[in-house]
Amino acid sequence: MYPVLFFIFAGLAVAGAISLLVQRQPIYSALSLVAVMGALAALYLLLGAEFVAAIQIIVYAGAIMVLFVFVIMLLNAQPAEAPGRSRVARALGYPLLGILIAELGGMVAAHFQNVKLTSGEYVVHVAQIGDALFRSYLLPFEATSILFLAGILGAVLLAAHTEDEAPGKLYIGEAPPEPNLIPYDSTEGSTTYNGAGQPVRTDLPAHPSSEEVRS
Amino acid sequence: MPITVFLLFALVKSLIAIGILLSLVAYIQLAERKIVARIQNRLGPNRVGPFGLLQPLADTVKLLTKEDIMPSTAHKLLYLIAPAIAVTMALLPISIIPVGRDIHVLGYTTPLQITNINIGILFILAVTSLGVYGIVLAGWSSNSKYSFLGSLRGGSQMISYELALGLALVGPIMLAGTLDLRGIVEAQSHIWYVIPQIVAFFIYLTAAFAETNRSPFDLPEAEGELGAGYHTEYSSMKFAMFFLAEYINMITVSCIATLVFLGGWHGWVFGPGWLQAILPVFWFCLKAAFFLFLFIWVRGTLPRFRYDQLMGFGWKFLVPLALANVLVTSLVISLR
Repeated sequence: MYPVLFFIFAGLAVAGAISLLVQRQPIYSALSLVAVMGALAALYLLLGAEFVAAIQIIVYAGAIMVLFVFVIMLLNAQPAEAPGRSRVARALGYPLLGILIAELGGMVAAHFQNVKLTSGEYVVHVAQIGDALFRSYLLPFEATSILFLAGILGAVLLAAHTEDEAPGKLYIGEAPPEPNLIPYDSTEGSTTYNGAGQPVRTDLPAHPSSEEVRS
Repeated sequence: MPITVFLLFALVKSLIAIGILLSLVAYIQLAERKIVARIQNRLGPNRVGPFGLLQPLADTVKLLTKEDIMPSTAHKLLYLIAPAIAVTMALLPISIIPVGRDIHVLGYTTPLQITNINIGILFILAVTSLGVYGIVLAGWSSNSKYSFLGSLRGGSQMISYELALGLALVGPIMLAGTLDLRGIVEAQSHIWYVIPQIVAFFIYLTAAFAETNRSPFDLPEAEGELGAGYHTEYSSMKFAMFFLAEYINMITVSCIATLVFLGGWHGWVFGPGWLQAILPVFWFCLKAAFFLFLFIWVRGTLPRFRYDQLMGFGWKFLVPLALANVLVTSLVISLR
């Protein structure tokens, strides 16, 4: 049962990876990568690593790849046109690919006798993972967190507008004072009224009366 | 239990669950129309059958017989699979929601859920995080500006509030010390987590409304601005599938709220044996029904948020509050 499931999901992962490379439409490439992530999560599950499988889906398929898809959609990325292939690439590429496949195949074949397809033997509970992360590997864990934080801050700084054009602009330090949009003081007492009892702005040049205009 | 019996049990339970779920969706929708009508001082549907009780059947027939339109500029493949993704990712979490204690059938003991897994809550979060693809792909593949804007809103809203939703669940998980939904319910036999985790409860509720794209966070389908949002170009049964997904998601978050905060099937158990067997399931259904009613009630009461308010509220208020809740909870646990 387990070997069958393993080969199904391993095949799915490889097929997704190949599809990622050969698709012309960027969105199909991104979705192929989602399929690869899902297949990998299934492989983790077969090993008994439930927590890692769930995190694989939540982080990679549910968050990072959604952002990829968003960017592709927002930039309206068009299907890639096949670039004119150089003769050197064609002459070198296929033989090199052949060598790579042969080498990988040789490595797998050499170790194949010793490989046992066992599954579900490494059931790790979440408490054990937490224990390992926050006791045995506390320093690497915290160092990685700080690295992530630095990355996030860097991204915010790069994305924030530094010029005066944007309305939602980020100020580092003190924000400049809001421009005063009401140019005159409208406190009572200093307001003058016209004959009809309506307030008259005294700071503006007096409106020419109709008689003055006529003359 | 031999594997054949296990598979048979799983099959029977799946069929029962889907049957209950589909009829429940139909009648929640009727209840919504009736209750919102009452709130707005109208009568609501009352023509088909007694008190309009057959209205869902009429609606289904209408949806099934409508013309299925495919926009000529749509990306065909993605346009077809987007509703399927939405419904699949909505149905999957139902498979691990326990509605009661173990039951004994034909000499076998089986849990009252389709299957029990150790990482129940994480599984639900993982699957709902994949539900975003249904919405995003639907909007993009329709090749229409309203659909596209609706899907962008829906996608970014779901990603943003998923964070607050997950962080709100961390508090109860720490108190129970397990990710297993049955374990979390059993840990609440003395006190429901709504009392020690009241802050997390309200964060969860708010985030759940946003996560299911329900009013007052139903910006992805704001009629005044976007037509019908990401499913503007969909018709007939494909539209119905998005509709189905939304209501199943509502049921899921109501069940999770019941299990994690309101003690699941715990409640007053009395009377003869058969009553004692049924009462836990009854309490569970009653609590879940309360949350479903709350969804409808809020829709009839609150106006829609503005989009920047929605994002600001999620990132600047709910997420820091949820983080503070996690911090305080872990502090209390470590001092205890």
